[in-house]
Amino acid sequence: MTIAALAFYLFAITTIAGGLFTVISRNPVHSVLWLILAFLSSAGLFVLLGAEFVAMLLIIVYVGAVAVLFLFVVMMLDVDFAELKAEMAKYMPLALLIGVILLMQLGMAFGAWTEADQAQALRGAVTPTETHNTAALGALIYDRYFLIFQLAGLILLVAMIGAIVLTLRHRQDVKRQDIFEQLYRDPAKAMELKDVKPGQGL
Amino acid sequence: MAEFFTNTNLGIFLVILAKTLLLILPIVASTAFLMYGERKIWAAVQLRRGPNVVGAFGILQSFADFIKYIVKEVVFPAGADRVVFLLAPMISVVMAVIVWAVIPFGDGWAIADINVAILYVFAVSSLEVYGVIMGGWASNSKYPFLGSLRSAAQMISYEVSIGLIIIGIIISTGSLNFGDIVNAQKGNYGLLNWYWLPHLPMLFLFYISALAETNRPPFDLPEAESELVAGYQVEYSSTPFMLFFLGELLAMVLMTALVTLLFFGGWLSPIPGISDGLLWMVGKMFLVYFTFSMVKAITPRYRYDQLMRLGWKVFLPLSLAWVVIVSFLAKFEAFGGVYARWAIGG
Repeated sequence: MTIAALAFYLFAITTIAGGLFTVISRNPVHSVLWLILAFLSSAGLFVLLGAEFVAMLLIIVYVGAVAVLFLFVVMMLDVDFAELKAEMAKYMPLALLIGVILLMQLGMAFGAWTEADQAQALRGAVTPTETHNTAALGALIYDRYFLIFQLAGLILLVAMIGAIVLTLRHRQDVKRQDIFEQLYRDPAKAMELKDVKPGQGL
Repeated sequence: MAEFFTNTNLGIFLVILAKTLLLILPIVASTAFLMYGERKIWAAVQLRRGPNVVGAFGILQSFADFIKYIVKEVVFPAGADRVVFLLAPMISVVMAVIVWAVIPFGDGWAIADINVAILYVFAVSSLEVYGVIMGGWASNSKYPFLGSLRSAAQMISYEVSIGLIIIGIIISTGSLNFGDIVNAQKGNYGLLNWYWLPHLPMLFLFYISALAETNRPPFDLPEAESELVAGYQVEYSSTPFMLFFLGELLAMVLMTALVTLLFFGGWLSPIPGISDGLLWMVGKMFLVYFTFSMVKAITPRYRYDQLMRLGWKVFLPLSLAWVVIVSFLAKFEAFGGVYARWAIGG
């Protein structure tokens, strides 16, 4: 067994274990931590596939930013999860129904799956070694799919502006700091230096 | 024999292990002396003597501290989440150590000379925040919890501007590899070829962001020993506390390496004609470390809202604008292509 195979099994096992414990652990903060382990292990799997750029982005975006926000929210929640779980039984039939419908949809999608003629040939083709996948991705995203990429960014921007508009309110009754006023204060007007004789005080 | 080390699993593993030990041991050992040196520098600035009891000139002070840390009792706060409580300092120190895998000390002298090295550094340093958050939460106390939120917000804020500054360097180089970044700074004019000159505004921004990211004064609000009494690590004692401490110190040494590699030409010699090498890299790192220590000795602490304002309202727009400017300068190869080293070949 090569080192790559060993690493694959290690990452695969930790990914699955991380996912499993995310679902079954009782403490929500532990769930998020297991989720982070799953993210990290799947980044390792990406590295083994040769997609190092995607792996690093997965860590930077999901673990470094998204999961931190998750953790913040979950840590500050004061919810009795045992009570929540007890209430869950009431909604179980509905959840099961939704699950079955989703499963059926997936089954229909995969049942009608056909392979394009060139797919097998493309998969069998030799991976070009002279281009790093960072450069290859950049060439694709910023050249061929430039418009679609920009549109995706625009959608995110609209969502962000929407969230800000919905939550923004100007409160008149709070004290605000004017940072420039603070910065441009004149030391001569704000304080006075006195020459204190030793042992005498002011 | 050579076949054993290149073809068998055990051989490859042994080679990597040897390389790792060769790198990690000097770095961890040097932190002891860096800490001592730093305390001596602060002492000299403040007209004190500094550590001068243990060993000649107090040079063994850090080792005495080390022994003191590990023989003390580990105190668990009541109701603390023990596993996460112990995991947090370990994450902090492990993340600070594994970054060094991709840092080169000479041309190709890295344990892993990977294509996305700089992204790797960025990714791992974005994980360091977990040590802080987990430590604060697992202590089961309001004080460390609030402290950890404060520190996490600070570390995340300044990561953004560090990322954007790095993008400017990447655009100039056309590669994410540290070897390529340093070699792109090679030229006939020695130190005038390095990135500090074309990227001068970003050097200051990066330096300040590095201080904030590693919780150094004037941005040491996570610690703030005089008014806030060390936010997230309040409940820590003994070895776990030392691990936090070590992680923070290693993160700062990493920042000196990053400043050196990105702006000061890594292992390149400043004067044309003198050979490049490991000593230049280490020497530059020491110099940057010295300036970090001096900043700690001479600056008063920032207020927290000022820190946040600086990160989001000043550094973020400035570094974003710089990315746009550098993109244009690189695209049109302005000033003879100093912003587009990939285009002029060198």
